[in-house]
Formats: sequence, C-alpha cells, structure tokens
Amino acid sequence: MGKPEAISAIPAVDSHALISRLRAVLPAPCLLALPEETKPYECDGLSAFREVPLAVALPEDEAQVAAVLKVCHEMRVPVVARGAGTGLSGGALPNPQGVTLGLSKMKRILHIDPLARTARVQPGVRNLAISEAAAPLGLYYAPDPSSQIACSIGGNIAENSGGVHCLKYGLTVHNILKLRVVTIEGEILELGGEGLDAAGYDLMALMTGSEGLLGVVTEITVKLLPKPQLARVVLAAFDSLEKAGNAVANIIGAGIIPAGLEMMDKLATRAVEQFVHAGYPLDAEAILLCESDGTPEEVAAEIERMEAVMRASGATQIRLSKDEAERLRFWSGRKAAFPAVGRLMPDYYCMDGTIPKRKLAEVLKGIAQLSEEFGLGCPNVFHAGDGNLHPLIMFDANVPGQAEHAAKFGSRILKLCIEAGGTITGEHGVGVEKIGEMCEQFTPDALETFHSVKAAFDTHGLLNPGKAVPTLHRCAEYGQMHVARGKEAFPDLPRF
Amino acid sequence: MIEQFQDTIRAAVSAGRPLRIRGGGTKDFYGVSLQGDILDTRGHAGIVDYEPSELVMTVRSGTPLAEVESTLAEGGQMLAFEPPRFGAGSTIGGVVASGFSGPRRAATGSARDYVLGVRVLDSAGRDLSFGGQVMKNVAGYDLSRFVAGSFGTLALVTEVSLKVLPKPEVETTLAFAMDESAAIEALNRWAGQPLPLSAAFHLDGKLAVRLSGAGAAVTAAKARMGGEVMADDAAFWTAVRDQTHPFFAEPATLWRLSIRSTAPALGLGPQAIEWNGSLRWVAATLPAERVHAAAKAAGGHATLYRGGDRSAGIQHLAPGVLALHQRLKKALDPAGVFGPGRMHPAF
Repeated sequence: MGKPEAISAIPAVDSHALISRLRAVLPAPCLLALPEETKPYECDGLSAFREVPLAVALPEDEAQVAAVLKVCHEMRVPVVARGAGTGLSGGALPNPQGVTLGLSKMKRILHIDPLARTARVQPGVRNLAISEAAAPLGLYYAPDPSSQIACSIGGNIAENSGGVHCLKYGLTVHNILKLRVVTIEGEILELGGEGLDAAGYDLMALMTGSEGLLGVVTEITVKLLPKPQLARVVLAAFDSLEKAGNAVANIIGAGIIPAGLEMMDKLATRAVEQFVHAGYPLDAEAILLCESDGTPEEVAAEIERMEAVMRASGATQIRLSKDEAERLRFWSGRKAAFPAVGRLMPDYYCMDGTIPKRKLAEVLKGIAQLSEEFGLGCPNVFHAGDGNLHPLIMFDANVPGQAEHAAKFGSRILKLCIEAGGTITGEHGVGVEKIGEMCEQFTPDALETFHSVKAAFDTHGLLNPGKAVPTLHRCAEYGQMHVARGKEAFPDLPRF
Repeated sequence: MIEQFQDTIRAAVSAGRPLRIRGGGTKDFYGVSLQGDILDTRGHAGIVDYEPSELVMTVRSGTPLAEVESTLAEGGQMLAFEPPRFGAGSTIGGVVASGFSGPRRAATGSARDYVLGVRVLDSAGRDLSFGGQVMKNVAGYDLSRFVAGSFGTLALVTEVSLKVLPKPEVETTLAFAMDESAAIEALNRWAGQPLPLSAAFHLDGKLAVRLSGAGAAVTAAKARMGGEVMADDAAFWTAVRDQTHPFFAEPATLWRLSIRSTAPALGLGPQAIEWNGSLRWVAATLPAERVHAAAKAAGGHATLYRGGDRSAGIQHLAPGVLALHQRLKKALDPAGVFGPGRMHPAF
C-alpha cells in the first residue's frame, strides 16, 4: 500500500524566496501561504494521507499557470496540480516541499459549438456543468464519474475517469479532442486538434490518465454527444453470484452493449436498501441493473432481448423501470452504495480492481475467503459490464490495528486482480495509494520505461513527484510499507 | 520467435543499422521515408485469446487481419474501427502501428481507441507489457494507446489486446443528392441527433449515409431522414474502406485532411468527405504549403497519404510539440533503431 515516495531527492526550498517570487506573478488573492489558508488543501478524497504544501497557487488564467510553473522550475520546487480534490487515490496529496497548483478558479466554459458538437472549457469546470450547459442543445458530455457534480474536467483528464456508461460511450480518453498543456518549463503546447486525430504521436493518449506527472492542462475541447431520447433499466435478481456473472457474459455474448451494466452482491444490496428504499429484493445473492438507451424503438427492442437473456440465465425476479422516476429509483441504490456501506461501519475502504469478466465468480469467492480470513465485512459493487470491481472493506479505525488490517486485506484483493489477469486500478488512479502494487503489476523494465517517458516531459521530476509510478528503489522496499488509511473526504458524494 | 526478434534488434543496434518493422507491407506507400533492414513480423502469428463475452481479443502482431476478422465474425463480432485492408497481406500489427481507421470511425472510435494493451520489444530488446486485457485500466501511463499510430518508430509490437464489438443487427444506406456545403451541414446536424449513423461518404454531389443498429432504430431513422435506399451498399462501403473506390484509384497524389467537421468547402480540388465532415480526401497535386495551411485554418492537419514527393507529406508540428516528439522517441528508442524518419525526418 502506498505512502508518498521519498521527497529527499529534491533539495530543501527557501520558502520565503519561493513565496516572494510567486507573489510577483500572481494577484494577492491567488496565493495562499499561511497555515490556516493552506490547511484545507492537505488532502484529496483519500483523506488518510495529509500533507500541507508550502503554498497554494490559484491562478486565474493560463499565463499565471505558466508563470507559476516557470518559478517552480527555476527554483526546483515540486508542483502538485489539483482540480476539485475528489480523487480517491491521493493523486492531489500536497508535497510538503512544494506548491499545490489549484485550477479551481479557471472554471469558465469558453465556447460550445452546437453544430460541431464540441465544448471548449477550462480545467476547473465541473464535469456535470458541461452537460448542463449543453443540455438545451440536446447534447451532453458522456463520461460520468459518480462524483460528477463536484469533480473537475481537468481532474478527469488526469485520471482518465470513467463512469457507469463507459462500456458503451468510452472513457475520458475517448471523448476529448484537444488539450492545451503547460509544461513544467512554462511552455504552452497544443495537443490533439479539432479533427478526430492529430499529426505525430498520440500525445492525447499519453496525457490522459497521467495523474499530473507530465504537464498541467489549461484548456480542454471535449466531444458532445446527442442525448439519448429514452433510457430504461432492467433490475434482475439472482440466487447465486455465478448465475449473475453468467448473465453478464450472456448479455454481452448476445451482442448487446448496455448503456450501463452494474452488479451488487447481497451485502451491498441490503446495506443500500436500508438506506434508500429502492425496492431491491433482499433475498437475492446478487442483483443486476442493466440499462438500455437510445430511440424509443431501439430501447423497446433491446429491453425485450435483455429480459429474455436474464430469464434464460436464471433470474429469479425481473423488473423493468416504468418511468423516469422509477429508473432513477433503481439507480439511486447503486449510486448510494458507498455512503450506505459507510452507515454500517465507521470506516470503509474502497477498492478499484478490474478483472476479465469470466474470472468474476472466482475472484468474488477469493474475496469472500479473504473476508473470513481477515474478519472484516466486504460488500461488493461493480461495473459488471467492464469487470471493474469496487469491494468495500468495512472496518473501524478506532479499533487499534484494524485500519492496517483493512489495508492488508485490500492489498490481497488487488493481488487477486493481478493474478486474474486484471489491473490494480480501473478508474481511481494509482496516486499514492497503489504505488506499492504498481511494483507487482509491472516489471522493473516497464517501470523504467515509464520513468523515461516522464523525463521526456519533466527532466527534474518536479511534477507530482512520488505519485503514480514507483521508483525501483521503492519497489525493492515494498512489502514493509503498509500503512493505514481512512474513509473518503466526501462521504456524501455518490460513488460508483 | 520473441528471442529471434530480440537477437535481430540487438544485432541491429550494435551494427548501427536501423530496422524497418513490416507485416504484409501493404502500407509501404505511406510515410516520409522507409529506412532500414526489414524486420518481418509475419512469423509471429496467431490468436492468443478470444472470448466473445469479454469483448477482447489478444493476438500476435504478425497475424493476418483477415484471420482476425473471420474469427471475430464467427463470434458475431468485429473490429469496430473498420481498419482499411490495402491488401491480403495486411497484419493486425500493421493495423495498430498505422492507427488507420475506416468509415465507422466517427461513430464508434479509432484504432487507438480500441487498443487495451500491448506487448512490445524495445530497442534494448526488453520484453515489456503495457495496459492489459480489461476495458478499464489506469495503472501507469497509457503507452499501449500511445504506440498505436507510431508506425513502428517506438518499439516492436509483438502482441496486442483489442476491444471488439458485436456486429450491428441491421445496416442500410441512404443516398442523397447534395452539394458539398449542404452535405457538410446535413452530416453535422444529423450527428447531433440520436440517429444510428455509422458512416458517411460524399463525392460529386452525392451523399451516402450508412445506418447501423437495431432493426427498429434503423427503420425509424430511415423514415426521419428520407433519401433513397442504396442497393448493394455493403460492397460500396467495402470499396470506401479499402480505398478500392474509383475516387481513390485514380489520383497521382492523395492528401488526407483531418479537420473540424463543420469546416466549409476547402476548394482544393477533387474531394471526398468522410467522418461526418471531419475527414476530407483531396485527390490533386498541390503545393504542400497550401494544403497544410488549409488544414490548419480548419483546426486540423494534413498528411500526404499516397503518391507524390514523400517529403512533401511531412506533417507540421509546432516547435515545442516537435521537440517533445524527439525526446519521447529518444526515451523509448534511445538507440534510434526503429524506423527513423518514417513519420518525420526529425525523429
């Protein structure tokens, strides 16, 4: 499990000199340096890790971003870019010897082109705000991470955020056209283009999901899609996890790509039902939520096929949302799964592994065994369509040793995911949280390649040091580094 | 076979001779220059893993594209980006290395969009894996999508995992008589509506639009859009995809402009339009600077696709972006052994 990597490689900074140089390039309200001002930035959504930065810079425009980066580059000061701070892996954890570069003041939607179906926005714009602005045009921005009411598009680029609908509509990387990026040297680059591809290498792919280690995004052109006319959801109950898992495979095998395909096990269903009263069957071992969207004709035809597959796969109960209100009620439980589990235990720890779908039953059995071994409850919710698991390990941080115990349990789950041919993070990112597990997923040679790529952007390693990619030295030490973690900083946000 | 490739790479590095990674050689026409001894990938063939319900196929790079497509077809699936087949020898490695996508691209995404993971050999001969076989994976930089479209200039791709999709239930094509401006306008308007568009091709006052999806949806869209149903449309789209359509057969020089979909008529010469207006093919011998300038003004870029003086096709990159390309090339291929100059003389 993670811990911010050695910062000792970067020499100590003369903080007075740094702050006076930053003052020269930023308006007074855009620079925070007093402890009571910088304290609110001490963590992101992974609140078990906290550090206070030397200063927080809140630039109002790209020129100020470039100026801050130039100062930091010249003075060899680490820079941690931050959006809304909703990330779950500690990617925006400040560096105690560095500057946190908050993009929250850059929150203007610059232009929406209804005919070309694009929106040009600043990084601090909230994900949902884009869809809200495009709604009168019948358009929306497809990736919908569950924190979309709060998370920023800049952060979405950094994490390559997904959402419930990404099986059908893709991840962030599939839904952006162009970026303006400021390098650590303060140089402004335009990547991508207004066409569907750009000249040269695919730098958009490299930037997306790079967790703030390669550059600071200052402007994003996203694609907008026509809003589906209708969406309906099928709720199906199963008396075993295997049957539910098979139903997922059968849906996909039948040539259906649902707009959303989510699963919850019995523990999660019960936790949620007490909380939101969505009307879920409590005796089922697993329930599936399977959504169809499109034109009314498309939805009617697809729903019929979905129901037939669910029946043939042994569903004990099938319900179809009658109207929009019922559809939202069916989803409300799934969306509230994290806070619902949070009500049952003082703390929970959300995992984010992805596995091939055919390994689902096997991995869930493994998790159940680990749950017994560790003596900690672990409800499971997951994006079944793309094999992205979110086991929620329940623990009580006030019981001595239990947080460490939960962290070990989590690490074992991630190991199961790697063994099943999957990955340690589907959508939450590595950050500081999973930096240790990176040593297990990648060979030293592959990690070295990542470091070479990093150096091509940031020779001195100043952008978000210690995150996302472990040093080989760190991997050699990995194993004795398990640390405690706590619950999320935004318990009230819906999480998927 | 991997060991053999590793030996070849190491020998080339120590001899200081570049390598030109090649599958069926069906894209030899493309690129600024072809340098180096050929490293033939075709001996490294075969489908490693394919389970239709996973929507993922893992395949060795030397596998013929035809084999990949016929295996997928047996599972009722397809490569949704419709890679062009410029010859029977086309390999999946070449598909990924070129990053070329066909008519369905504007609706469903590009070759790189469907890359989930790669196994590569770098210029030190190290066997590296990036990405994986799962849809969602944010561990490490996305080097698997990054190598897509890099024309063998960064590493030798030995294996690739691709996301695949079910074939649409029904496809039909509507034909309209429209001039260029009207077609650009109509395509963009339709693309902003919930219609099952999957391809478009405009040439000489005629627009063809393909609809794909559930029977009911296609029927409803047909009623809404009008136009004439095109007979034998599958053959038509194959010809567009594989560039056997007469438009692509004749020209001495073919320019490809990837631009804003709403950009007005370019007036550069005989032209075909795809991808809802964002891809324009110009079949004319023109001063390179004029084409690059037109593309730039329309928010995009131009490439000399076929014919003409290869050096005229050098893509324009802003100085900072070009320098970054050079650093990345050096980071991933420090020996400079893989296809120097294929994409750009500077890397």
